[in-house]
Amino acid sequence: MSTTHKVHFKLNGKAVSAEVEPRELLIHTLREKLAHTGPHIGCETSHCGACTVDVDGMSLKSCTVLTVQCEGADMVTIEGLEQGGVLHALQQAFHEEHGLQCGYCTPGMITRAWRLLQENPNPSEQDIRFGLAGNLCRCTGYQNIIKAVQSAARKLAAAPATA
Amino acid sequence: MIPPAFEYHAPRSVADALKLLGDLGPEAKLLAGGHSLLPMMKLRFAEPRHLIDLGRIPALRGIEQVGNAVHIGAMTTEHQLLHSPLLADKLPLLVEGAGWIADPQVRYKGTIGGDISHGDPGNDHPALMLALDASFVLKGPKGERMVAADGFFLSLYTTLLEPDEILTQIRIPIPAAGSGGAYIKLKRKTGDFATAATAVMLRAQGGVVAEARIALTNAASTPLRARAAEDALRGKAVDAASLREAARLAMDICEPSADQRGDADYKRAMCGEMTRRAIETAHARALKA
Repeated sequence: MSTTHKVHFKLNGKAVSAEVEPRELLIHTLREKLAHTGPHIGCETSHCGACTVDVDGMSLKSCTVLTVQCEGADMVTIEGLEQGGVLHALQQAFHEEHGLQCGYCTPGMITRAWRLLQENPNPSEQDIRFGLAGNLCRCTGYQNIIKAVQSAARKLAAAPATA
Repeated sequence: MIPPAFEYHAPRSVADALKLLGDLGPEAKLLAGGHSLLPMMKLRFAEPRHLIDLGRIPALRGIEQVGNAVHIGAMTTEHQLLHSPLLADKLPLLVEGAGWIADPQVRYKGTIGGDISHGDPGNDHPALMLALDASFVLKGPKGERMVAADGFFLSLYTTLLEPDEILTQIRIPIPAAGSGGAYIKLKRKTGDFATAATAVMLRAQGGVVAEARIALTNAASTPLRARAAEDALRGKAVDAASLREAARLAMDICEPSADQRGDADYKRAMCGEMTRRAIETAHARALKA
């Protein structure tokens, strides 16, 4: 047993803290201590992207980040995208374009796409494929995911206030 | 998978990090982006008792031009390399290389210094550094020294970096006018290491190659500089015959090990092909530069 650390950060706009051993992975803190089970554990080897969360403006694979590295961070998970009971444009677009089948990869996929659209609000298909290359989906063949991101990008461009 | 227990330290300056490294000794490891070290710790390939996180030292980040060189802080991330207007202008080869590394999420965390000092011949920066004639600033308890990339990589996971030293900065000379570079990589899928990859920087003058630097990724236990191929190309026009000869000479120095990416003969052949394509592309770019 090593020294535990009390780590404080902002999670979807709310100040939270957790007492962790240095070896605790962020995905475990989120799921087991902070009741945020939107980010999923897929491969736990930083390949699949199901555990993607947004930390200080970066899409990160939370299975390969230590919670102690996140002191003072500003974090967003899939739970933070819906606002006042209204789905985010990306969530709505994944629904409308059938951008998911089993849904396991979807929280990571949408959280990554959310950051991608902030960095590049008008991405080409190639930009989307390159930008989502760290997220694996074993159901859809990706085509509808790309359509969903394109559709959300168009909606957000038409109504930027909802971003 | 959860790593074995360790103590965590987050120094705020290079001096504090060096002091910790000296005090804690060989049981301590430096944590950069963590996307090589943490997976190795999960698998118990590495079991450090202490991690010294370099992530809270702002002095280790940043990209700036200093005279005729670009200085890059060791903790600068692949994402930052990929989106740097200065690099796009002065060292586009490095931007091209960063785009081939891992995937977007990993590039937000992975650092150029971590990639280099890990000493993994499958990493992409080592060959890029050889092609770009980079130097590394190493800081230790006795001060600072600068070493060339060429000669830094000793064997698998072993470099010139001493256990009490930290790689703090990468310095890359800005290539002369008329230069072009290319990094051509064959990989099975996003996030995979290279089956074979070649980095080339060359300068064209008067219809021939005036200078060339050629380096190979994942072709042996260290990145390789293909000197014989460079020599063969110098003074020649880039045509089918000179490309074939340079590729053959690059293949000659490969000692790839067979794994799930292919057997040794296949990897050697792919190294030749990546070399041929990288020279051709670098040359085309040099003519436009």
